[in-house]
Amino acid sequence: MTNATAVEKQAGREIARQEPMRGAPFNRPVVDILETADELRVVADMPGAKAEDIDVESENGVLTIHAEVAPRQPEGTDYLLREYGVGDFHRAFRVSEKVDAARISAEYSEGVLVLHLPKAEGAKARKIEVRTS
Amino acid sequence: MANRSLVSRGYPVGRLRNEVDRVFGDFLGERPRLGARLGLRERSFPAVNVWEDEEKLQAEAEVPGLKMDDLELLVKGNELTIKGERKDVGVTYHRRERGTGSFCGVVRLPADVDADKVEARLENGVLTIILPKASSARPRKIEVKALSA
Repeated sequence: MTNATAVEKQAGREIARQEPMRGAPFNRPVVDILETADELRVVADMPGAKAEDIDVESENGVLTIHAEVAPRQPEGTDYLLREYGVGDFHRAFRVSEKVDAARISAEYSEGVLVLHLPKAEGAKARKIEVRTS
Repeated sequence: MANRSLVSRGYPVGRLRNEVDRVFGDFLGERPRLGARLGLRERSFPAVNVWEDEEKLQAEAEVPGLKMDDLELLVKGNELTIKGERKDVGVTYHRRERGTGSFCGVVRLPADVDADKVEARLENGVLTIILPKASSARPRKIEVKALSA
């Protein structure tokens, strides 16, 4: 975990950008964030989105995921049971400078968006060779 | 086994607010996960919507990350049982909000359905189940005959 801690120290403070968007209701996707030797991975549940309607943006250290999701049932549907609403997904993350923002990539399948955030070279754990004298 | 009732989801649809999370924030080591601390961890049983028309009931569940092989649907009378499992990949998490594990729950429908004609499809993590009502449960038009005098 030492390499993770090094990355963590670079994490910026939470910031709040004011960016009104359509004023429509949105869903905040639940995410897992996990770490491997080479990257951080953000896994977000965005069921019902289509790959072409998902926007991933990285700007000034803020990674934003947004997906427009069209209603699947006609307006005015009288639900017998309604446990979730269908709508756009939106969530933003402050990412460390230790992530190589230029190489962030994303893939989407079965309603799950996976973002790969490669660590910058300096942030990777390095094995130090111990020499005998 | 979970019985569905008319409860709201743990993650309500809200107005857009530009919330920003820290990716490498306070989620390292042995400290409790934010999701667990705030009770935000998603329930393992997927959220379900159900609606109907005269002919059929329709149910929809959000099951991101599942394939049809991971799901099992059973229909009997007016009960729809949804079983499934989302596997835990077993790595180091900084944050964990997505539920894993197996789930099984019964959705009690307001009418009997014709189990032989139930159809299901899975697209982009959304499971849609079409449940035609049993003929006994459909509204029948009763012909009103004029009594001949």
